[in-house]
Amino acid sequence: MDHAPAAPSPAAEAKAAPRLAADADEAALTRLHPHYAHALRIEALLAAIPALVAALVIEAALRDAALLPPGLIAGAVLVVALVLVIRVPLRRWQARGYHLGADRLRVVRGVLWHSDTIVPFSRVQHIDVSQGPLERLFGIATLTLHTAGTHNASVALPGLAEETARAMREAIRAHIRREEL
Amino acid sequence: MSVPPAQRTAPLGVVIGALASLREAILPAVAIAFSGIGSGSRLAVALGVGLAAVLVGTLARYLAWRRLTYTIGPADIRVEKGLISRTARAVPYERIQDVSLEARLVPRLLGLVAVRFETGAGGAEDIKLEYLSAAEGERLRQLVRARREGAPDEGPPADGAGQGEAGEQVLFAMGPRRLLTLGLFEFSLAVFAALGGLLQYLDNVSSIDVWNVELWRGWIERQGSTIARLGPYAQAAAVIAGLIGLALIGFATGVVRSFVRDWGFVSSLSPRGFRRQRGLFTRTDVVMPRHRVQALVIGTGPLRYRFGWHDLRFVSLAQDFGSENHMVAPLARMAEIGAIAEAAGYRLPGPGLAWHRASRRHLADSVLLQSGALALIAVPVALYAPFGLSFIVLGLAVVVAALNLYAWEFRRHGIDGDQIVTTTGFLSPTTRIAKRARLHSVEIAQGPLGRWRGYATLHLGLAGGTLAIPGLALAEARGLRAAILETITAAAPAARRAVPADQAMSAAQSGLSASLRAT
Repeated sequence: MDHAPAAPSPAAEAKAAPRLAADADEAALTRLHPHYAHALRIEALLAAIPALVAALVIEAALRDAALLPPGLIAGAVLVVALVLVIRVPLRRWQARGYHLGADRLRVVRGVLWHSDTIVPFSRVQHIDVSQGPLERLFGIATLTLHTAGTHNASVALPGLAEETARAMREAIRAHIRREEL
Repeated sequence: MSVPPAQRTAPLGVVIGALASLREAILPAVAIAFSGIGSGSRLAVALGVGLAAVLVGTLARYLAWRRLTYTIGPADIRVEKGLISRTARAVPYERIQDVSLEARLVPRLLGLVAVRFETGAGGAEDIKLEYLSAAEGERLRQLVRARREGAPDEGPPADGAGQGEAGEQVLFAMGPRRLLTLGLFEFSLAVFAALGGLLQYLDNVSSIDVWNVELWRGWIERQGSTIARLGPYAQAAAVIAGLIGLALIGFATGVVRSFVRDWGFVSSLSPRGFRRQRGLFTRTDVVMPRHRVQALVIGTGPLRYRFGWHDLRFVSLAQDFGSENHMVAPLARMAEIGAIAEAAGYRLPGPGLAWHRASRRHLADSVLLQSGALALIAVPVALYAPFGLSFIVLGLAVVVAALNLYAWEFRRHGIDGDQIVTTTGFLSPTTRIAKRARLHSVEIAQGPLGRWRGYATLHLGLAGGTLAIPGLALAEARGLRAAILETITAAAPAARRAVPADQAMSAAQSGLSASLRAT
C-alpha cells in the first residue's frame, strides 16, 4: 500500500466536475486528501481478507470432489478483491470532492450512484469532526454537518486533512446562530 | 428569585393507576380461572391473584406518585422521579416545541389530563406528566408559551367568532354529517385482523384449540353440506349475502373509527398557533405554533378524490401521536383547505403557476424498464405456458406503459413566490407545498442510468418530512437548486453572512493550503 495515487490528471479532473456551468454552485471542486484513497484501500483490504480466506477454505474442501478446475474459485475471488482494493478506492477518491463557498458547503460523491449535496451554513444545526482508527493513522478526519431536514439529516465529508477539517468546522460554526425551525 | 416549590401531580392519578392495574389483573385472573391451577379452589386462587396484582400495582403507583415531583423553574421545567434511583430531567423552555394535552376516557371523567412537553426529539424523550387537573394543564401550557416566546407578539385577531381562548378563530370544524362521509370513505376490513388476534388469544387462555384444522373442517363440512342441499340459487344468495355483510362490516368499521377519532374535530387559529381538538373518548388538544409549520401536504384517496374531498396535513418536527404529519383537516373541500393554507402563510398553486414535468428521457426509461421486464417475462411464458397466457403478460406490459405515460402528466412541480410545489399521483393526487426558505439542504442524486441519460432526483431537506422530485433533467435540477439556495441564503439575516463569514473563510483557506502543502 505504498504507492501514491496518480496525481489528478486533467482528464480525471474533468470527470470529477463534469459540466462547468456559470452557476457559482458548479465551481471547481476541491479534492480530498490523497491519504483518503489509502484509507479506503486498507478498508477494502480488511474486508477482502475474510472473503479470500473463505474462498481458500472452499477450494480445499472441494479439492477431492474435482467439480471445478483447481484455483477457479480462489482465482475469481482474488481478481475481484484486487479490483476492489486497487481500482475502486481510486475511483471513489476521484469521484469525491467538495467546495466551501462563502455561505454554503457542497459535497460531491459517488462513482455509480452520484450525489451532489449543498448545505447552506445558515441551516447547519451542529458540526462533528470525527476520526476513526484508520483515519487517525493517515491524519485525516471526517467533517459531518447535521441539518434539521429529515433527508440529509447529516452530510458527511470524509477524507479531509485533520487541520482542514477543524478549520472548516470553525468557518462554518461562525455562521451558525440559533435559528427557529 | 425565590426557588419555586416542587409540585406533585394530581392525587386522583393514583385512582386511575389503580383502575389500570385492575384492568391488567383481570386477564391473568381469568386465565387462572380457566386453567387447571388449583383445581377445585381455582376461582378463589384467581380472585386472590387478581387482588394481589391490584394491590401491588396500586401501591407501586402510589409510591411513584409520591416520588415524582415537578418544578416550574424560571428557565426550565424539572421533573424528578424514581423510587430507588432518582432521575432528574430539566428541559429548558426554549427547547419545548409544544405542550400537548391528552385526556383519555377515564381521566377525562375525573377531570384530569396527561400533559406532554414535546421537544421534537420524539416520544420517549419527552417529559410527560400523568395526570394533572385540566385547569392546571391549561395553565402550564399558557405558562410555557409565555416563557418561551416572551410576550405574545402577534395581536390577537379581533374576530370574536371563535371559541375557547380569546382571539381564537375557527378554521375548520367537522359536524356528524361530514364525519359520516369520512367514515364511509375509510372502509376497512381491519376488524377481521382483530378477530384473528382475539382467536389467538382465546387459543392461549382457553382449552378450545382454535388452530385445529379438523375442528374447522368438520364445522365447515357440516355447514357446507347444509348449504349444498339448498341448491345453486341459495348458494349464490349465500355468497351475495356474505359479501354484503362484509361490506357492511367494512363501512361500519370505518364510520366507528372516524367517529371515535375525529368527533368534535375543530381546527382553529389562536394567537399562539394552530390548535386542534378532536376525539370522542380520548380528547386531544394540540397546538402547533405557526412558525413550526414546515410544509403542507394535501392528500386524498382514490375514491374521495372523485367526490372532490381532500385532506390537509402540516409537516413539522413535532409528531402527531405517532403519525408523521399533523392532521389539520381530514376531509375538506379545496376552498376550505385554501383558507387554512392562507392562515398558515401558504398559497395553493393557482392557475398562474408554471408547472414543469419530469424529463421525457426519464419517462422513456421507466416505460422501457417496466414494460421491458414484462415483455421479457412474456418470452418464456409464450414458449412453455399454455397458448394465450403470454398475451396477458404482453397486455400487462402495454397497460404499465400507458399508466406510466398517464401518470407522467400528473407528476409536476413548480416554483412560485417563496414556495416550491410538487404534485404526484393520478388516482389520488398528493400536493406538497413547502417554503423554499424553510428547506435545509438540496441534493442532486443520480443513479447509473440517470448519469448516462442526463437526469437526476432532487432531494430537498425538509424538517419532519421528505420532499423529492425524481427524473428532472440535470440542467433543470441545477437551476432549481440554485433558485432554492438563493432563497435560503437570502432569508438568512444579512449580519450573519457578512463579517465573520469572510474571516472564517480565510481561516479555512489557510487550513486548506496547509493541507495542500502536506500533500
